[in-house]
Amino acid sequence: MTKRLLAGSWSKRGVLPGFGLSLGFVLLYLGLLVLLPLSALVAKAAGLGLTEFWRIATDPRALAAYRLSFGTSMAAAVVNVFFGVLVAWVLVRYSFPGRKLMDALIDLPFALPTAVAGIALTAIYAPTGWIGEPLSKLGIKAAFSPLGIFLALTFIGLPFIVRTVQPVLEGLDPSVEEAAAVLGATRIATFSRVILPALYPSILTGFGLAFARGIGEYGSVVFISGNMPLKTEIAPLLIITKLEQYDYEGATVIASVMLSVSFVTLFAINLTQRRMGKRR
Amino acid sequence: MTGSPSRAGQVSKRYTPLAVSSHRHERAALEDGALARRLLIGGATAFLGVVLLLPLVVVFSSALKQGFGVYFDAITDAEALSSMRLTLLAAAVSVPLNLVFGVAAAWVISKYEFPGKGLLTTLIDLPFSVSPVVVGLIFVLLFGAKGWFAPLLQALDLKIIFSVPGILIVTTFITFPLVAREVLAVMQAQGSDEEEAALTLGASGWTIFLRITLPKIKWGVLYGVILCNARAMGEFGAVSVVSGHIRGETNTLPLHVEILYGEYHFAAAFAVASLLCLLAVATLIIKQWVEWQAARHRAGERSTAPIRPNPTLHEGVAP
Repeated sequence: MTKRLLAGSWSKRGVLPGFGLSLGFVLLYLGLLVLLPLSALVAKAAGLGLTEFWRIATDPRALAAYRLSFGTSMAAAVVNVFFGVLVAWVLVRYSFPGRKLMDALIDLPFALPTAVAGIALTAIYAPTGWIGEPLSKLGIKAAFSPLGIFLALTFIGLPFIVRTVQPVLEGLDPSVEEAAAVLGATRIATFSRVILPALYPSILTGFGLAFARGIGEYGSVVFISGNMPLKTEIAPLLIITKLEQYDYEGATVIASVMLSVSFVTLFAINLTQRRMGKRR
Repeated sequence: MTGSPSRAGQVSKRYTPLAVSSHRHERAALEDGALARRLLIGGATAFLGVVLLLPLVVVFSSALKQGFGVYFDAITDAEALSSMRLTLLAAAVSVPLNLVFGVAAAWVISKYEFPGKGLLTTLIDLPFSVSPVVVGLIFVLLFGAKGWFAPLLQALDLKIIFSVPGILIVTTFITFPLVAREVLAVMQAQGSDEEEAALTLGASGWTIFLRITLPKIKWGVLYGVILCNARAMGEFGAVSVVSGHIRGETNTLPLHVEILYGEYHFAAAFAVASLLCLLAVATLIIKQWVEWQAARHRAGERSTAPIRPNPTLHEGVAP
């Protein structure tokens, strides 16, 4: 096998053996596990016809669910941009007791099952909870309201921003900052005009990933959201509700809308990033 | 932006100014003031304390609220044990499958040039942008009562949805990029020079893989396996759609937590949840250890290994 691969036109791909075997296996695996199932979704949605699709997709209950899902995901991602950059900065630039522990803890939302996060956050922010009780005395309803959904998505989205910004911040060339300082820039000017622009692409990526994850998030949100149709019903929950009523068409339509939004978000980010990369 | 060898651990040293340190005002502009530093560290600590640490604390405190007896009963209950078995099974099936796939995919992408490589890389990231609920839905559309394969499954008397195979399939789907991404990052950073040298010396493909590549990528593999395992055991949304919640049969640990919680057995729900918390904490500890081992090996070998194992599920930016 080695000889054949070395001899022919295969060498243009790379000289190492095993191309056919590994590519074949990978394509078979992806085809069976991903492409076939996804095509079932697309075929189901296409089979409905445009008017029917539009009618289900723009149903008031569906519109309310998108608004809630997209709005809370956006708000949580914005808050996470601010705190995520702060945390990444502190982790990269300062040494202090507990820094390693803090660094390890950042990945907790990736490692913790979402259902556990969901019931834990509900226990904290419910009207009888550690934070929910003082909040409810102030007249603020945290759990079982859009605020609760926002809090859950903040938890879920945080590592995306920290872990995309952190390596870029670590890799920044210190001499650029030194130059700015020597030229008389204040610390704040150096940060906002030298450091921050270098972080923009990574912040944008982190934001997009956190947003896309937030739209689809189910486990951590479903316990804290209250699940009232038109008020606190997120889009993934609407899919589940429709499935439980054996309304496969309805579930497919909502799923297609959600999928399109997250694909477009990620695609737009990739494009912007490529442009930013070219300019530099 | 590349080529800076120092990493976490030497952070504070790197940013100590050298040439300008004798001039006070310039020094002030290059380092953050002591007050600013304290405020920023304090702010980050407070935020993380409330957002990340508090949920962990509340799980254990709620789990033990009614004493150790209730806690112990909840985690040794027959339904809890059967859900534990199913969760272990889901991980035992999906992790090895995705390990083989991940290594093969990383090999094919990092060692060869071929048309459609970009598309393949994008496809591997796909599950990250698909909601777990949607993943469950697409498999219902395939294998459900009205699905594409319903007649075939009926003829063979097989059941996939609302049964164990469905849970295994969606878990494998949800977790398949995790090993591939980590191994790919490591393989791409290390290049193929040593493999090609072995080839000219007459080594066969499998020998090259087993004796050259595998030792080089082992930390990346281990790292991917840990992440994959944590996600496989903790998956909730997709499994919830295809499980049917049949007690003692198709409930995984996270689904068991949901049921207990829904029935207002809060202490029991948190007790079972605390097991999953321990899994998460163990995952984070092993991850730190792997990173430390990988860094130690790099220091010993002076190789061009990657910065550190890809820390997130998904990193779009090349630093």
